[in-house]
Amino acid sequence: MPLQTPPLRGAHDERGAKFTEFGGWDMPVEFDSIQTEHAAVREDVGIFDVSHMGQIHVTGPDATELMQRLTSNDVTRLEVGDSQYAAITNEEGIIIDDTVVYRLPDEPATASSGSDGKPTYLFVPNAGTDEETHERWISYRNEWDLEATIDNRTDEYAMFAVQGPNAPALVDDLTDEAVAELDRFGAQYATIDDVTCWIARTGYTGEDGFELLVPWSEAEYIWSLIECQPCGLGARDTLRIEAGFLLAGQDFDLESNPRTPYEAGIGFTVALETEFVGRDALEQVHDDGVEEQLVGVQLIDRGVPRHGYDITNTDGRVVGTVTSGTMSPSLGQPIGLGYVPADYAEPGTTLQVVVRGQSKKARVETIPFIDTV
Amino acid sequence: MSFDIPDDRRYLESHEWALEENGVVRVGITDFAQDELGDVVFVELPDEGDHLEQDGDLGVIESIKAVSDLYAPVSGDVKAVNEELFNAPELVNDDPFGEGWMLELEADDLDELDALLSAAEYEDQIA
Repeated sequence: MPLQTPPLRGAHDERGAKFTEFGGWDMPVEFDSIQTEHAAVREDVGIFDVSHMGQIHVTGPDATELMQRLTSNDVTRLEVGDSQYAAITNEEGIIIDDTVVYRLPDEPATASSGSDGKPTYLFVPNAGTDEETHERWISYRNEWDLEATIDNRTDEYAMFAVQGPNAPALVDDLTDEAVAELDRFGAQYATIDDVTCWIARTGYTGEDGFELLVPWSEAEYIWSLIECQPCGLGARDTLRIEAGFLLAGQDFDLESNPRTPYEAGIGFTVALETEFVGRDALEQVHDDGVEEQLVGVQLIDRGVPRHGYDITNTDGRVVGTVTSGTMSPSLGQPIGLGYVPADYAEPGTTLQVVVRGQSKKARVETIPFIDTV
Repeated sequence: MSFDIPDDRRYLESHEWALEENGVVRVGITDFAQDELGDVVFVELPDEGDHLEQDGDLGVIESIKAVSDLYAPVSGDVKAVNEELFNAPELVNDDPFGEGWMLELEADDLDELDALLSAAEYEDQIA
């Protein structure tokens, strides 16, 4: 299958970016250096091209019910201009994907929707999952006989993340509207030089900032207006690990690392008072408690924990696995995320990580390692 | 993107360089290799006095994004390791052919150097 390319592939190449395949997309992994890009986001502001993220648009009289029944969080809490983080789970309560659901302004009423406008949502599945997610929504809509229109708009929008303590001022200066006044997880349409963008106070770095949905055709122009350090997926990964955010396909994966939201540390996205696919299984997990859970680990010995490395107890018995790891640029310490039995999950617990055959002393740490929001 | 490839030394396909002087072979990684790895966060090197075999393990280099094995360009005893790298691994990025060197080998047989790539051959490899 050919790689999909973001609208700015050429511009990034000219800027000297290195590229990597991610979720079927050819994305910039590094523009200058991970340290430089990471530091810009922690101390100032940086911009990421995250156009590999999917966009599914759902509207219609039953849009709210459909979203409610297919995501773990309580969609009815969203007013227009709100957003929420949620899991998409299967009948067993296993995470298929994680996503952010935005409530867009209602679409105008039609004869079938009565006098009210039609509730409208846009949600962001992970790279490469948009097609199967789109099919899942259509299939359940048909099964439940709901009235909703579901569009996969992944190829219509570029998505940029502008992140860092100086991100609000930078973006606010460009928009006609005062987007710096948005609350965390607030969102609105805003205009940058006559281009309408959907701008949300969300992100994946542990810093303040925005994510912007920009019409594909205007992507290069808008990117050029937001003048700050360009950042690649490399720095995005080190930033999100420090912030303790999950990476789909790595920290959870339906096939290779099946996890419930409770195991993965995102139990706060599970609204058991609502009805959704996976709810009953998750209620059971909630009542019984988890056997394993996601923890932060920090190596005390020299070494870098990486995806797939074994975690052992102090006797050397394998008790878990590292799912993400890096040398933290902000802390200057080797850190990671991984799953261990609940008995070992208390912060301060001593464990070991096996780095190329050598056991390195490690300590369980509270997640997030860094959080400034 | 163009990379420095000084022609005073020999190269391995695995991106190490070897610079011989008075029977001692100094070893490091190339400009291309440091750029591919990105920010180097530490190197693991053998101890002085250890004996290495040509093409055998010489150590490990970790960057933020990747871990990579290092290979010995010639057989010989480790005469010196660059201890500066333990405190300042970024020297590998900043000056890969100079201050970012990794270790020196007392070569068993300098003819082993003949099996390595010339600067021109290495340049073709990474082109």
